Amino acid sequence: MGKSAVLEVKNNDPVETLRVFFHDLLEKKIVDALLVPKKLPSGDGYCQTLIRDTEMLRDVNPLAPTLPVQSARLISHLSITDPGCRVGAVLKSCEIRAVIELVKFLQVKLDKLILIGVDCPGTYEPLDYAKMSREKEEGASITGGLLKGARDGKIEPQDGYNLRLACQICEYPNPQNADIIIGLFGHDPQKEIFIQLRDHLAGEFAEKGILATAEEGSPSRDLVIERLTEERIKRRDEVFDAFRSRVESLQDLMDTLSTCIRCHNCMVACPICYCKECVFRTPALEHKADQFLRWADRKGGVRMPTDTLLFHLIRLSHMVTSCIGCGLCDSACPNDLPVATLFRAVGQKVQGMFDYTPGRSVDEEPPVATFREDELQVESGAL
Amino acid sequence: MGDFEPRIIAFLCHWCTYTGADLAGTTRQQYPPNIRIIHMMCSGAVDSIYVLKALIDGADGVLIGGCHPGDCHYQTGNYKARRRFAILKEILNQVGFSEDRIWLRWISASEGKLFADTVTQMVEELKKLGPNPMKKLWVV
Repeated sequence: MGKSAVLEVKNNDPVETLRVFFHDLLEKKIVDALLVPKKLPSGDGYCQTLIRDTEMLRDVNPLAPTLPVQSARLISHLSITDPGCRVGAVLKSCEIRAVIELVKFLQVKLDKLILIGVDCPGTYEPLDYAKMSREKEEGASITGGLLKGARDGKIEPQDGYNLRLACQICEYPNPQNADIIIGLFGHDPQKEIFIQLRDHLAGEFAEKGILATAEEGSPSRDLVIERLTEERIKRRDEVFDAFRSRVESLQDLMDTLSTCIRCHNCMVACPICYCKECVFRTPALEHKADQFLRWADRKGGVRMPTDTLLFHLIRLSHMVTSCIGCGLCDSACPNDLPVATLFRAVGQKVQGMFDYTPGRSVDEEPPVATFREDELQVESGAL
Repeated sequence: MGDFEPRIIAFLCHWCTYTGADLAGTTRQQYPPNIRIIHMMCSGAVDSIYVLKALIDGADGVLIGGCHPGDCHYQTGNYKARRRFAILKEILNQVGFSEDRIWLRWISASEGKLFADTVTQMVEELKKLGPNPMKKLWVV
């Protein structure tokens, strides 16, 4: 893709260097507004912030290794009705993949958006991040600590905390389908940042004197990405294998989901679950008292409420083909259910049936929205 | 187990399989009475939620009946049903639930005999599988 350049990092501070870069983007009207993670006044976390005034760029940190919300939903709000100007959004790879899926479900329009993807070494749970920032004297060092491994791809979480499991098994450390890529891997982030632009932007960047780009890419970055992806796939397969040997029967699945309290947080956090009126928010699955009593009669007794398995299986059947594996469902679960692993492990098989990779391209139709006349003759059991 | 009579919930499309079932009746085809038919406008309107709800509530089998490929009254509903069905089967397969309890069959309005044969065959197969374990699970 496109043209690239290397941004020189000043004062060994990549975050400040990127702030200056964003300042340019806003001031020179590459974007009219910028969605970017900014440190909360509490100092213990980051939130996506829609910035119009360059003064507000203070304390933004596009590299903050935490993901409190899935920005794909925010992008939907910012683009489904005409924003009337160009909106830039600084996103991690999983967020862009979710955006691509939402484009296909007509929840995002790309025409006024400039997607700015950052290389992602992984993220901490928001709560872990908050704890770390309280333990540390200066918050930015959490970012810096994780970035140390970016150059050679040896990512080491700091201070005894782990990265989110979804990040540990994520095969996409680098963003795809971004208009602007902020590359960290294969470079020393204290010295330089690799920037890649789509062709049409490269011209505009040169014209406005922001950045002069050339054709060459970054072989060192490609190499690190390749190695990192390989490692994560290995870890992913271990996690999937462990899950599959644990869940071999429906009873095993019930046992795995035993602590589910039906809060529906996984659904609320999921960027793909976009339905305005979810069936679980309607009376469609409510029953009259005598129905519960009939179940109780037949079984001797029945757990209340009765729809744990139904909820998870229906969510699987409705959106697993588009699960991009951000793991926000895991983060949202108050009881540590392995929902993300369930969705990713089942998703791998189901997506594989259609050779479909969610988030890969806006041109690929989601499996549930299309069909081929000559497919599935045997597999579906149809005569 | 010998006297186990499976209970089948069938979602039949208005234009083909439901009419095929009607024909089975008017032409006095014999088939076992283990089936409870729910009339749908199209097999493409069968959301996986209906199938799952039936299975979790203890149905021993679920039959979805639609028009033959190319014959859908709404052009493509049956093709979409087929995809959804394949996805659901794979999900059930992945979580260790017997996918053999759900059947998708194309039966046209003129195939009364095929409808009767399909139900007969399904009842036989389900008898071999035994009752749906969900019937007895109190934690669902």
